[in-house]
Amino acid sequence: MKRFFAQAYIWVLLILLYSPLILIAVFSFTESKVLGSWTGFSTRLYENLFAGGGSGSGSLLSAIENTLLIALVASVVSMILGTIAAIGIFNLKGRKKQAMTFLNSIPMINPDVITGVSLFLLFVFLHFTQGYVSVILAHITFCTPYVVLSVMPKLSQMNPNIYEAALDLGATPSQALRKVLIPQLRPGMVSGLILAFTMSLDDFAVTFFTRGTIGLDTLSTYIYTDARKGGLTPELRPLMTLIFLLVLILLLVINIRQVKAKKKAEKNEKVRRYFNSRAYSGRL
Amino acid sequence: MTKRSTWSIPYLVFLVIFVVLPLLLVAIYAFQDAGGRFTFSNILRFFSDGDALSTFAVSIEIAIENTLICILLGYPAAWILANKKLNRSAVTIILFILPMWINALMRTLATAELFNMFGIPLGKGTLIFGMVYDYLPFMIYPIYNVLEKMDKSYSEAAQDLGATPWQVFWKITVPISKPGIISGVMMVFMPTVSTFAISEFLTNSKIKLFGSIIQENINSSMWNYGAALAFIMLIIIGITSLLAGNDDKEAAGGLI
Repeated sequence: MKRFFAQAYIWVLLILLYSPLILIAVFSFTESKVLGSWTGFSTRLYENLFAGGGSGSGSLLSAIENTLLIALVASVVSMILGTIAAIGIFNLKGRKKQAMTFLNSIPMINPDVITGVSLFLLFVFLHFTQGYVSVILAHITFCTPYVVLSVMPKLSQMNPNIYEAALDLGATPSQALRKVLIPQLRPGMVSGLILAFTMSLDDFAVTFFTRGTIGLDTLSTYIYTDARKGGLTPELRPLMTLIFLLVLILLLVINIRQVKAKKKAEKNEKVRRYFNSRAYSGRL
Repeated sequence: MTKRSTWSIPYLVFLVIFVVLPLLLVAIYAFQDAGGRFTFSNILRFFSDGDALSTFAVSIEIAIENTLICILLGYPAAWILANKKLNRSAVTIILFILPMWINALMRTLATAELFNMFGIPLGKGTLIFGMVYDYLPFMIYPIYNVLEKMDKSYSEAAQDLGATPWQVFWKITVPISKPGIISGVMMVFMPTVSTFAISEFLTNSKIKLFGSIIQENINSSMWNYGAALAFIMLIIIGITSLLAGNDDKEAAGGLI
């Protein structure tokens, strides 16, 4: 009985949470301009979205392109910068380590508006023309701390001597990096990359302040302007539906992979223990 | 090993340019007039600006209400999700995390459309409702994270020693999950105060939050006053994060 009420509570909450998204998904299959009036089943909006037709969805397509391009560049650079930084911070000691950890946490604590305004003032101060580059730099600023946080636990799990061991065994520093260090850190780097990518996709305020006046639009700023003009471009409905499905699949895949990796690790541990016990008992 | 500590230098340089310097610029602009002379007038202007003060009060009020509702709705959900007896499926947890990954503007817009469709007039009620929609996952996740890692033997021991389930909950579970609650409050409270697009969508620009007036001033080239407002907000963030302490980081980490 207790379990029934608990489950009921969870599902009521989930239904409430998802009702707007479900509504959008349902009405992505009809052509009507306003939400709520069903004018028969149609996939026209999906066709418009991909063909770039329909009312103003040409600029929507370019906004999607910009969003993906910025997210891709920002997340890859963040991953590289953040991984190198994590290795450095991990090897720092005492005050220096504390100071770096504190600096690293500032972009995570700051609300988007503060990050946006402060970077806007920076670009004005430096007379830096705002556009793609300033937006990408701004995104790297708020993405990298999350990469550092994702890589850090992998560094503390790693045996600190294996990198030196590889060097002792004749590997060049770049070989040791590629064949020893990076494979050990890869899971943290990948989750940092994914986190950075989605944070960049999600951002509105920072992009809004740093995009300048060249008419650069990402999905978020496009939606903002669009909604202020009154009335949502109907092509946004299939787009939201597709993003929703994509994120759902992505999350499921990541979680299944994690469960599998956990099982594999447990199995390896069992095998190792088995051999150890055999070795100690002298039968191997 | 020690040599590799130098690997943190590129990031240190990056942080100084893109985090420290911008924040210093906020402070500098806040204490300058349009001609670049030192002045307190921007800060003083806020305290005599009736509109800005009332916006500030409304933002704090709405943020408190939003945070409280998120705790009231989110804590039981996190508790059920972390309880192996009450929830065996991992899918429900994924479903609660998923909205955090979808563009907040899109979710907000979808919510506003839902209100429009049912003919509910946009105002304070819809604002709080929409805010709870947007921020509930950010409250549930950190609390769930802490409760899930909690050592069950504490509550079992309390039970064995004669505590009622109610006592176990208030004296064991809640104190242990405090870092999760603090982290959740940080992830809900400050963003609610500082948001600007969300409040515009959900109230048809009838209610402004503090983030909106910062944005309006910056966008209409009132950089010094905008920076002063941002500076005031920075002070508040500094105070709240000092009060919250450092123990909230662990709960917020590992979003995947």
